[in-house]
Amino acid sequence: MFKVVTKRVLSAVNKLMEIEAPLVARKARPGQFIILRVRENGERIPLTVADSSKERGTITIIFQEIGKTTKELGSLQEGDYLSDFVGPLGRPMELPSSGRVVAVGGGVGIAPIYPKVKAFYDAGLEVISIIGARTADLLILEDEMRAVSSELHICTDDGTKGHHGFVSDLLQPLLDDTSKKIDEIIAVGPLPMMRVVAEQTRPYGVKTLVSLNPIMVDGTGMCGCCRVTVGGETKFSCVDGPVFDAHQVDFAELTRRSRTYLDKEKIALEKFEHECRCGGEK
Amino acid sequence: MPLEAEQVKLLRKMKEKHPMPEQDHAERIKNFNEVPFGYDAETAVKEAMRCLQCKDPACVEGCPVEVDIPAFIKLIQEERFAEGIKKLKEKNNLPAVCGRVCPQESQCESFCLRGKKGQPVAIGRLERFLADYELAKGVETPAGPDRTGRRVAIVGSGPAGLTAAGDLARMGHEVVLFEAFHSTGGVLRYGIPEFRLPKEKILQREVDYIAGLGVDFRKNVVIGKTITVDELFDEEGFDAVFIGTGAGLPQFLGIPGENLNGVYSANEFLTRVNLMKAYLFPEWDTPIKLAKKVAVVGAGNVAMDSARTALRLGAEEVHIVYRRSDKEMPARAEEIEHAKEEGVIFNLLTNPIEIISDENGWVKGMECMKMELGEPDDSGRARPVPIKGSEFIFDVGTVVIAIGNSPNPLIPQTTSGLELGRKGTIKADDNGATSRRGVYAGGDIVTGAATVILAMGAGKTAARAIDRYLKS
Repeated sequence: MFKVVTKRVLSAVNKLMEIEAPLVARKARPGQFIILRVRENGERIPLTVADSSKERGTITIIFQEIGKTTKELGSLQEGDYLSDFVGPLGRPMELPSSGRVVAVGGGVGIAPIYPKVKAFYDAGLEVISIIGARTADLLILEDEMRAVSSELHICTDDGTKGHHGFVSDLLQPLLDDTSKKIDEIIAVGPLPMMRVVAEQTRPYGVKTLVSLNPIMVDGTGMCGCCRVTVGGETKFSCVDGPVFDAHQVDFAELTRRSRTYLDKEKIALEKFEHECRCGGEK
Repeated sequence: MPLEAEQVKLLRKMKEKHPMPEQDHAERIKNFNEVPFGYDAETAVKEAMRCLQCKDPACVEGCPVEVDIPAFIKLIQEERFAEGIKKLKEKNNLPAVCGRVCPQESQCESFCLRGKKGQPVAIGRLERFLADYELAKGVETPAGPDRTGRRVAIVGSGPAGLTAAGDLARMGHEVVLFEAFHSTGGVLRYGIPEFRLPKEKILQREVDYIAGLGVDFRKNVVIGKTITVDELFDEEGFDAVFIGTGAGLPQFLGIPGENLNGVYSANEFLTRVNLMKAYLFPEWDTPIKLAKKVAVVGAGNVAMDSARTALRLGAEEVHIVYRRSDKEMPARAEEIEHAKEEGVIFNLLTNPIEIISDENGWVKGMECMKMELGEPDDSGRARPVPIKGSEFIFDVGTVVIAIGNSPNPLIPQTTSGLELGRKGTIKADDNGATSRRGVYAGGDIVTGAATVILAMGAGKTAARAIDRYLKS
């Protein structure tokens, strides 16, 4: 059993939890993820490590309450326990040794991009961060991102904070500024956002990375559920990724595969919400 | 009631095994309950009487874990069941599992003298009888031996790991067993379906027995990720490590369309259903999607398990698609028989060449070619050769790929000093010793995908070798 040490509500739909998992905390590095199960009958879901502390023996996860499992996870309080928590899984991200990096985080994707930006920053790289959300209330980790970025640009789809528009609008001038070379771009967010960024940077030939979050079961290469086509080859996101070259990823396939269980997810969510309302077993 | 001498005489002449009652096939495809019911005591004693108690019993040679088969059968003949199970458990820590999933027909039973004229003694069914008898009465844990103070880490709680762990604990060593999943049993848990090996009623009870021997289970630990093998020695203070991580990397066909929605590896398909209990969705959260018509590619035990699982999930038509003929099918005869009874359709000498997409990226068919058998290939089996112009399209909406697994690379990739085989297996000698001192390995990670009992045999051999190593 794995204890919820702290819980913070970041926005109407985003929550942060620090989970006691000393073995995982000892090893976790930026780019890696964990798999958890809230309780015995639960599904295994992957979440990126947002932060970790060897000293406290904890892993920080940030999640958007979107389906049954994340809503149930969000209903836990400090002192409650998760039934399972395993990791760190996936390959750690490789750090460029020097240069100028642009980090793009969209929505709950700001959470997984944060540890990467922090690692870049700690390694002495120049990091320009662009974060965006649908609306100001959903923008998370602004202060944390600012603390580890050389520059921070903000946008919201509805203009309630920062630039009125999309992350790609803010990325464009950086790409066009030929006086300052960008060595690497890393983008994490909803699939459509990552796809747009990949297409946007492709003509410029700038190395662009994305961190994928496909459906998984075991997370150790055993089931192949998370397979994704990268450069024409099938890769398992759990063991070969989750960070891949954005220009090589088949986003159309990935988007389609991520929708495999939409109808079932709806059934599970409706059942959960019904039980919550009726005070039934959670 | 002891049998009359006359009766015994007749039983000794009986050419066939006593049949084991089982669920009717029309009924059983609607549930996940176990198919065979097992022998009752009376039938078990009668079947045991068919054993001739050979002076030089060949059957024992056919048992990878060296069970004294005539001895436990004799105890059944004498209705001394409690002693019988003890005898069995001297060598086999998982008798209820083995009595269900061992391919006895190609192991112990294939050596049985009775099999020369008629059917061999039903050794597997008798083993199962004793194990179930004990489970029903309550399992006894043998007294703990003196502790040696040496620590052994076992990686993977499948058949190899459980066997090695149980044996080493009985030898007095401190044993910690690491499992990556949230639940123990390895392939017995995620791979073999409930209707062949009930999880709570049987598997969990045998795992509990191993725990009762003093084995400390640590779930949710991925060796190679959470802790490396190197760290098990250097930081965690283990004196020896046994690696039994199995063949957990699914192979695909490499044909177009394999990443369409509705294509599963058998591992994913079975894991969703067995480990994650997708058949109980939405009571359990993990879903599975199944079309009315399902094709399972391959003809091994895993393919049969997948096909029979698909039927139980409500598929109307389930096809086995296999590129060779019925003679080459690697599955156990019993599994093929069960699948046929249940209505699985066998399409032999048929090879998939492309999985076809509908307008939304879901499977809507599978293009196949008819094959004919040519000269034997490297495996000694007749090589299937495509027949020109024989392409046709199977109208299916779900495809399960069950053509085998490769060894899981997590440990080989993260452990120093391990010599590897050609296909990513870990090299080990006959005792399970790897190229690195103190590291032993056994089961599918060494042999490539094989059987539960061979993995158990490897676990047993390695446990003995580890014991010698720790005492040297």
